[in-house]
Amino acid sequence: MNTSALVKEYFREDKLPHIWCPGCGHGIIMHAVVRAIDNLKLDPEKICIVSGIGCSSRASGYMNFNTLHTTHGRALAFATGVKMANPSLEVLVLTGDGDCSAIGGNHLIHTARRNIDITTIAFNNNIYGMTGGQYSPTTATGDFGTTAPYGNIDKTFDLCNLAKAAGATYVGRSTAYYAKQLTTLVENGIQNKGFSFIEAVSSCPTYYGRKNKKGDAVEMMKSLKDDYIDIKIAEKRPDLAQSKILMGEFYNKPDEEYTEKYQKIIDMLKKESYHA
Amino acid sequence: MGTPKMVVVNKEWCKGCGICVAFCPKNVLELVNEVVCIARSEDCIKCGQCELRCPDFAIYLKEVPENV
Repeated sequence: MNTSALVKEYFREDKLPHIWCPGCGHGIIMHAVVRAIDNLKLDPEKICIVSGIGCSSRASGYMNFNTLHTTHGRALAFATGVKMANPSLEVLVLTGDGDCSAIGGNHLIHTARRNIDITTIAFNNNIYGMTGGQYSPTTATGDFGTTAPYGNIDKTFDLCNLAKAAGATYVGRSTAYYAKQLTTLVENGIQNKGFSFIEAVSSCPTYYGRKNKKGDAVEMMKSLKDDYIDIKIAEKRPDLAQSKILMGEFYNKPDEEYTEKYQKIIDMLKKESYHA
Repeated sequence: MGTPKMVVVNKEWCKGCGICVAFCPKNVLELVNEVVCIARSEDCIKCGQCELRCPDFAIYLKEVPENV
């Protein structure tokens, strides 16, 4: 299906064009997510897209599924509620680096710990774009933001390592440049029956790019190409991986899913009350 | 070969970021007044790289019936 057909099928056309800045990677990532849904031939009526607050979270407003635009950092908490109430829904959370790892950091680790069947796509642009360029937990040490005028002294979160350590059963990373790989990771994440975390590295030419002299949209997109290397290539050719960031599928180890465990309790109690 | 395709632009949605222009392997596209235009359509190999990375859904390959 080409873009025009995808837009007609899966987007609220009257809400487009979107409000993201020229050259923002978020549109490419949203496109990749929708392509994954289309490739898997999922029923749009059975999909629920949940988002929090921030540039990334505008995505839910453009996508023509069941959508829920929630409060800052709480997308995963709302998504957990949706999934518990109706486990037959395919729940996707579209969130940002600030939304899911700062104010929503606690929700992220506990949703991962439970291994509930939610696919999270974190649009990581290394900054709070919507509110004016404050540094986030993924802003590199030494980089600038409006709240770090002398350089960021914080250490940086590796979102994938964080999700994996907390208990996510599928973890991967790709960038807006590698949109096809990103689509594949999202497909795999949706198919994993458990908590899947996909970090989609984006670019913010307006704030992060300008504050850090990273160049324009094209220059930043080139960085999303040149600064990353697939983990499979890096394992074979460590010489190529020097000073590059790893991407690809990092972890894929299915485990018992949360709503299924919960259903077992319900079934057990029903049986007991029947025999009582 | 499949159905023939041609690259088309939705000028109303193009924000002129230049990503498609920069990553077109055949240098088919140009920015004119901050909107992408198909300057050398005869060189287009219909690879879809522009469609893949347009953040604004503004450029894509469209299938065209053979008799057109």
